[in-house]
Amino acid sequence: MALKDELRQFVTDNFMYGKPYKGFADDDSFIERGIIDSTAIMELVAHLERRYRITLQDKDLIPYNLDSVNSLARFVKSRLQPNYPGTRDEARIGLVT
Amino acid sequence: MLAHRGPDDTGFHAENGVGLAHARLSIIDLAGGHQPMSNEDSSLWITFNGEIFNYLELREELLGKGHKFATRSDTEVILHLYEEKGEDCVQYLNGQWAFAIWDNQRRRLFISRDRLGVRPLFFTRANNTFLFGSEIKAIFAHPGVTREIDVNGLNEVFTYWCTIPPTTLFRNIHELPPGHSMTVDAAGVAVRPYWDIQFEKSTGVVDPSREQAYADELLDLLIDSTQIRLRSDVPVGAYLSGGLDSTVTTALVKKFTNAKLRTFSISFDDPEFDESSFQKEAVRFLDTEHQDIRCSKNQIAEVFPDVIWHTEKPVLRTAPAPLYLLSRLVRESGYKVVVTGEGSDEMLGGYDIFKENKIRRFWESQPDSKLRPILLRRLYPYLQNVQNQPDAYRKAFFHINVDRNLQPFFSHIPRWQSTANLQTLFSDSVRAAIGGDIGHSKIRSRLPLSYASWDSFCQAQYLETKYLLPGYILSSQGDRMAMAHSVEGRFPFLDHRVVDFASRLPVSLKMKVLSEKYLLKRCAAGLIPASVAKRHKQPYRAPEACSFLQPAAHEYMDELLSPEQLRRDGIFDAPAVAMLQAKFCKGAAIGIKDNMGLVGVVSTQLLMHKFINHFEGRMASHGS
Repeated sequence: MALKDELRQFVTDNFMYGKPYKGFADDDSFIERGIIDSTAIMELVAHLERRYRITLQDKDLIPYNLDSVNSLARFVKSRLQPNYPGTRDEARIGLVT
Repeated sequence: MLAHRGPDDTGFHAENGVGLAHARLSIIDLAGGHQPMSNEDSSLWITFNGEIFNYLELREELLGKGHKFATRSDTEVILHLYEEKGEDCVQYLNGQWAFAIWDNQRRRLFISRDRLGVRPLFFTRANNTFLFGSEIKAIFAHPGVTREIDVNGLNEVFTYWCTIPPTTLFRNIHELPPGHSMTVDAAGVAVRPYWDIQFEKSTGVVDPSREQAYADELLDLLIDSTQIRLRSDVPVGAYLSGGLDSTVTTALVKKFTNAKLRTFSISFDDPEFDESSFQKEAVRFLDTEHQDIRCSKNQIAEVFPDVIWHTEKPVLRTAPAPLYLLSRLVRESGYKVVVTGEGSDEMLGGYDIFKENKIRRFWESQPDSKLRPILLRRLYPYLQNVQNQPDAYRKAFFHINVDRNLQPFFSHIPRWQSTANLQTLFSDSVRAAIGGDIGHSKIRSRLPLSYASWDSFCQAQYLETKYLLPGYILSSQGDRMAMAHSVEGRFPFLDHRVVDFASRLPVSLKMKVLSEKYLLKRCAAGLIPASVAKRHKQPYRAPEACSFLQPAAHEYMDELLSPEQLRRDGIFDAPAVAMLQAKFCKGAAIGIKDNMGLVGVVSTQLLMHKFINHFEGRMASHGS
């Protein structure tokens, strides 16, 4: 499954109980559409760290990185790049299947 | 059907096609207060649930006007006051009531409910028969009444946490709103308000030299409201949670109780919810004879079906369950009356939603400020998840742009919107039937004319006092849990004189900067332990949906949340509920939304089971 589809699936299953909101688009803000509540962000971070074996620093925890399917995909993809300049983590090796 | 509300006596009166029934919890005039009760010439008959706390003063006045009393009860005072003042009699009452008077001469039934909704009252019409009762189950006992879920009630619970009267969870069953009376006669049914809370226009800062005068006035009012709430022919105990409000009421009760005062509290195995260290401190300080019930998740699971039988509506929190256990302890200890601290948070400015509103308004006035949102860290210090969230997110969550159209509800929009997101769990047919009221038009249409001129803080207080207080705090957590074990709660902070005083109080004396219940703390100084006065407010909470993973819940969870049962009942989307349950089973459900979602699903399914699919207690139909 493509990264974006996989992320979209996780968000749909975990925050919308498998029933995507009407017209839920890849650029829609999770916050503005009420998809993520004030605590669910921790769930999302835990999933990214577990699934992709990446470590999110405090500076990463901003809506720019995590607030839509597209921004999530962009962020995760950037962390999976071999030339990612941050802390070395397993993510750079590739997607864990 | 209502024996739990009145196990001490029952009575009936029927004449000319009108019938009144009563189940009595004897508290005042144990020997003489049998109901239904009539006046001297039997032209008036009353059935009454509740207490009139100023009945002694009213009785004196009525005696002075020549009325003759056959009993020492507060019930008879209402009858004579009705003779004297007619339907305006309710304006003179200080108390908590739901009563009906049959006026034989006018061929009219007059029904009234207290100002703030302490005592419940429901009614319906079936086959040209008007029916009413303290609980819906009593109405359902009538063979002519159909039992169907009202999706509008579901929509309201899954938005506001409570139904908005007259809507209930059941189609054609109506709730008389607090502060309303109604008449039923040949002309039909007429419902009228007789009281509403009225705040004053925004007021400025109070001169510090006047603060003490306000504190003295509040203390005088609280002393009197507590004193008249001790009028009883049976011993009165007190709930003591370890928080400011119940410690104040307990201190005041203690002041007027010669005997050793009995207090009762809940403690939890889980330290996240437990307040027993503060309870112990208050008990030591106030020297009460204390009993405590330790509540586990499994006990919550065990009693939850009974809890829903009594709430008669879904709940999104398990918090009523420990209160059910607490009232059982009170009753087993030989008590049937407790004084308790509800209403203080609403009236004197204690809730975090008021603080949140204040910070959001402060930030809204300078949206580019980097410093103002730092105050958001002061919110919800007891919620680990909220405290752990990144600052950027904290800002994003609380900096919610509220449409101009929704500005009257600025304080409550975040809560209402996040709760309404749970409706994604509903089946497609229920979602289609609900349609949605994104403008909150029902609440909007009832806002007082002067509402727009009030301070934003008072607007938030109004919404909380008008809806959540009667619809959840005083009912699902209050009357219903206490009366499940024949216990009556009495609330000094909800004396209408205290409420009127609080509604005129400058906002700065309710929440000074971000110090909640500022004036109450000031007037309670010396009466309660300093540690209790200084502690940060921790709202009463209980272990949530994780309780349903306990053994005591297995049987009903398997049955009521099975895909087949969910499909048969048709309220929830079975795969969505399965996904929510799966999150809990793998320990991935950590958010408020998931917790409220599962508690809401379980309580709704229990409601379906107990009231629609397997209702027990139907009377046999005449002639069938």
